[in-house]
Amino acid sequence: MQQVRADFPILDRLVNGKRLAYLDSSATTQKPSQVIDAISDYYRVYNSNVHRGAHTLAAEATIAYEDARTKIAQFIGAGSSNEVVFTKGTTNGMNLISYGWGLNRLREGDRILLTVMEHHANVVPWQIIAKHTGAELVYLELDEDYRVDLSNLDRFVDDRLKIISVSGMSNVTGTIGPVPQLVEAARSVGALMIVDAAQSVPHLPTNVAEIGADLLVFSAHKMLGPTGIGAMWGRPEILEEMDPAEGGGEMITDVRLYESRWAPVPHKFEAGTPPIAQAVGFGAAIDYLDKLGMEAVRRHEVAITRYALDRLSEVPDLRVVGPTDLSARGGTISFELGDIHPHDVATILDQEGVAVRAGHHCAKPLMRYLEVPATARASFYVYTTEEDIDQLVTGLYRARDLFGLA
Amino acid sequence: MALEELYREVILDHYRHPRHKGTLSNADVHAEGLNPSCGDEFSLDLAIADGVITDVATQGQGCSISQASGSMMADAIKGKTLEEVGELAHKFRVMMSIDEGENPVDPARPGAVLGDLEALQGVRKFPVRIKCADLPWTTLADALSQAES
Repeated sequence: MQQVRADFPILDRLVNGKRLAYLDSSATTQKPSQVIDAISDYYRVYNSNVHRGAHTLAAEATIAYEDARTKIAQFIGAGSSNEVVFTKGTTNGMNLISYGWGLNRLREGDRILLTVMEHHANVVPWQIIAKHTGAELVYLELDEDYRVDLSNLDRFVDDRLKIISVSGMSNVTGTIGPVPQLVEAARSVGALMIVDAAQSVPHLPTNVAEIGADLLVFSAHKMLGPTGIGAMWGRPEILEEMDPAEGGGEMITDVRLYESRWAPVPHKFEAGTPPIAQAVGFGAAIDYLDKLGMEAVRRHEVAITRYALDRLSEVPDLRVVGPTDLSARGGTISFELGDIHPHDVATILDQEGVAVRAGHHCAKPLMRYLEVPATARASFYVYTTEEDIDQLVTGLYRARDLFGLA
Repeated sequence: MALEELYREVILDHYRHPRHKGTLSNADVHAEGLNPSCGDEFSLDLAIADGVITDVATQGQGCSISQASGSMMADAIKGKTLEEVGELAHKFRVMMSIDEGENPVDPARPGAVLGDLEALQGVRKFPVRIKCADLPWTTLADALSQAES
C-alpha cells in the first residue's frame, strides 16, 4: 500500500509547515489522480446531459453514467445494475427510503429498531417519519466493549417491528454493526432491513447477496470518490414497491395534466439532472478500489489500526472510546486525552500537520449514551501509514505539554 | 509560536478553575448559548439591580477557549453597569476582529479594561476557534437584551 500514496497528490502538501498526516477519512477521503482525471476528462471531452438528446456527447455521457452504475453493482455483488439507484449521498438515500417506503406503510404503534450508535442520518429521518405515522423508535444499546448488545434483541422482535436500520460500521467508535443477526431478526417477522453502509462499504468487502438485507446506502466521497453522489442498493421487489420521494424530469415515462407514470427502477428515483461528473468519478473510485482489492484494503486497515491502538496505549491519560477487539472494529478511533477538550487536541494536532476530527461526529445520541461531550477521532484509509500514526502520537505529547499534564 | 500564544497559562487556569461557576437562585435573567457545530455550551445567570450587574453565575461545557472566555467574562462584568458591560463587550469583539472598531483597542495600552481577557487575542490566529471565544459573549448579548425588555 506504500505506493498508493503517490496516487494522492494532496498528500504531498504541507500543513502549517509540516508534513500532512490526513487522519480524517471517516469525514471524507482524499481522491487519487485517477478520480480527479476522470472528472476532469468528462468536463473537457464529453460533458453533456444524460438520457436525452441524440448527439454524440449525450450518448457518451449516458454510457459513462450507466457504466458507473454497473461498476457499483458489481462492486457490491448486486444481481443487476437496475438494483443501484444514484443518490446525493447516504443521508439522501436514507430519506428516499424513509419517505418512499416508511411514510405510506407505517402505522401507529409500528416499531423502527435502531441502535444508539447511529449517525444522525439514520436517526433523524426516522424521527420525522415516526411523527408523520405514529410509529415509534426503539434502540439497541452497546456492551462494555462498545459492540451492539443483542441480549435484548428478542424483546423487539414481534409483529410490531416493521423496520430495522443499522450502521454497518460506526463513524465514531468504529464498531462493526451486527448486520447478519439483525437480518435474521428482520426476516423472522417480515421487517424491512436497511444497512447504513456509509462507513462499511468503503472499508469492508461487501456482497449484498450474502448480506441478505433489503436496502443498503452509501456515499462516494467516503470511498475515494467525489461529494454529492452516493448509491442506494435495493432488492428489486422492494425498489418496485417503493414510492419515489421526489418527482420531476427523468423519473417518468409519461406526464399528463393530473397524473404521471413513473419510469422503471432505478430511474423512478432519479428525478432531475443527476450529478453526472460525480457518477463518472464514483466509477473511477470503484475501479481504483477494485484494483487494490477490498480484502487487501481491509487487511491494511486492520494492520494500521493494530499499530495505532498499540501506539495510543503508550500515551498517558489517553482513553480509546471504541472496541479493543480488532475483528469487531474498523479503522476509526475515537479518543479522549486527559482533561484536554477534543477541540483543543485537534487544534494542537493541526499545528503539527495532523488532521483529525473533534466533536460529536453527527452522533449526539451516542455521545449522550456514552456520557462524553465530544471525542477526538483519527480515521484511516488505504493511504494511511505508520508514519501518520507516529506523527499523531508526537502531536498528542505536544498537547500534553501545552496543557501541563505531567 | 502560535500555540503558546493560544494556550496561555491564564487561559488554562480559567479553563480548569472557572470563576463564578453555578447558578443564581435570585437571577433576573438567564441565557443559554450553544455552538451546534461543535457542541460547546454556555449558560449565564445575572442578578441586576439599578442597572448594575450585582452577581454572575455561569455553567458550561466545551473547549478551553470557550470556557476560559466565559470565566474571564464573568469576572470582568461583575459589579459593572450595563453600559460599561456593553462597552466591554464591544471592545472584546473588536479585539477578536469580530466587530470593526472606530478606534481599535490597543491590547498593549496600560489600563485597558479587558484585563485577563487580553490573553484571548492569540485566538485570532486560529479563525475557526474565534466562535469558541465568542460563545459566552453572544450569550451575554442575549441576556442583556432580555434585561432591557
